[in-house]
Amino acid sequence: MSDDPIRVVLAKLGFDGHDRGIKVVARILRDAGMEVIYLGLRQSYANVVNAVEQEDADAVGLSMHNASHMTLAPKMVAALAEADLDVPVIVGGIIPDEDMQPLADQGVAAILGPGASAEDVAAAVRAAVAERAG
Amino acid sequence: MSIRNLPIPELFERAVDGDRRALGRLLTHIERENEHAEPIAELAHPLAGTGHVVGITGAPGSGKSTLTGQLVKLLGELGFRAAVLAVDPSSPLTGGAILGDRVRMEDVAAPETFIRSMATRGHQGGLALAVPGVVRVLNACGYNPVLIETVGVGQVEVDVAGTADTTVVVATPGMGDGVQANKAGLLELADLFVVNKADRPGANDVRRDLDLMLDLSHATGQDQRTGLRPEIIMTSALTGEGAPEMWEAIVRHRDAITENGQLDQRRQDRDLVEVRNRLLVAAERRVDELLADTRHAEILGEVAARTRAPATAAAHIASALD
Repeated sequence: MSDDPIRVVLAKLGFDGHDRGIKVVARILRDAGMEVIYLGLRQSYANVVNAVEQEDADAVGLSMHNASHMTLAPKMVAALAEADLDVPVIVGGIIPDEDMQPLADQGVAAILGPGASAEDVAAAVRAAVAERAG
Repeated sequence: MSIRNLPIPELFERAVDGDRRALGRLLTHIERENEHAEPIAELAHPLAGTGHVVGITGAPGSGKSTLTGQLVKLLGELGFRAAVLAVDPSSPLTGGAILGDRVRMEDVAAPETFIRSMATRGHQGGLALAVPGVVRVLNACGYNPVLIETVGVGQVEVDVAGTADTTVVVATPGMGDGVQANKAGLLELADLFVVNKADRPGANDVRRDLDLMLDLSHATGQDQRTGLRPEIIMTSALTGEGAPEMWEAIVRHRDAITENGQLDQRRQDRDLVEVRNRLLVAAERRVDELLADTRHAEILGEVAARTRAPATAAAHIASALD
């Protein structure tokens, strides 16, 4: 598609107060020319689903730093599917290597760890969105 | 069938029936000004135009979003199906944007509230076209009132004020003295002032400065745009204090302009302005084509070589227009 900006909903689910990372990611995506719908801390699945619906977002980015990713990320994927929303979920944060494949198997489109550069982050979002659109 | 592949009339019908995903998609088409935007506007226009459009604007950090959140909470309790269009600036460098208003509204808003965030995007006249387009579709889908929230810095807000039936300007303590209040600009467009953070010191000074400014407007005859003196409401968005009074004042303003015929006039003017803005965008496109036309390369070269003034070149190229 054309040069219409990609719209990304960024959120942290549940009780995870580490929001430095998500703020950095918001800025990275902004500077990569995307529109970030920033939900921030303490969000529910319903909040994210609402935002994706009403904002017609192209992707969801979840920032996870409290080892809840194996529970919350697949549930987020399921909640979006339940609402018939076909958008990729990208997870960023502290994800142990052995959890990567299980998360991918449960529908997480991409996972970004602490070593990811700004270019990596933007590229992962672009690739995930392009894959869904194609 | 994926909603992305639905024909526009069907998508529109779904949105009118309350499918928020369909509505979300329609708004994307409008915002992108793509080939679907015009057919959508054609479907929406006959259904729209009766809802109350409220603009809420003010400096960054004045509490607009939180106040808007309080307002939609109240509207939910009063049984309204409200929509919010929250506009934030795009980066002039990258075109990207961080849209952070939703987070202050979502938790308090009634579930049937529809909130859409929009970036100003760089394109010519973009917002002046997209905002009325989005408001039209929201209105056609039964959302009433529609609240438009923008940061109060510059031409964008003046344009948006033109889109609203009632324009609320949010002021806070510490924004400057009475001279600031008398500078030309946004304050002149207010139908209603809200002094937010009224629990803070200095809130009454702001009220007094605004009052004085309105006195002076009256003295110089500048209050004739509506013939109504804007009310000043004190609020504290964090606690929700003053939100009901704010809504009552908004309703009073709407009733007053309904009665004196200004509302109909404003709406007619607005549609005319939109036609005009669209023509301007089309004209600009035509100008760009003219500049790219090789027939004019010579005279543009003369301007570069300083043997001809830009004004002469423009007049020459304009004579080719018909």
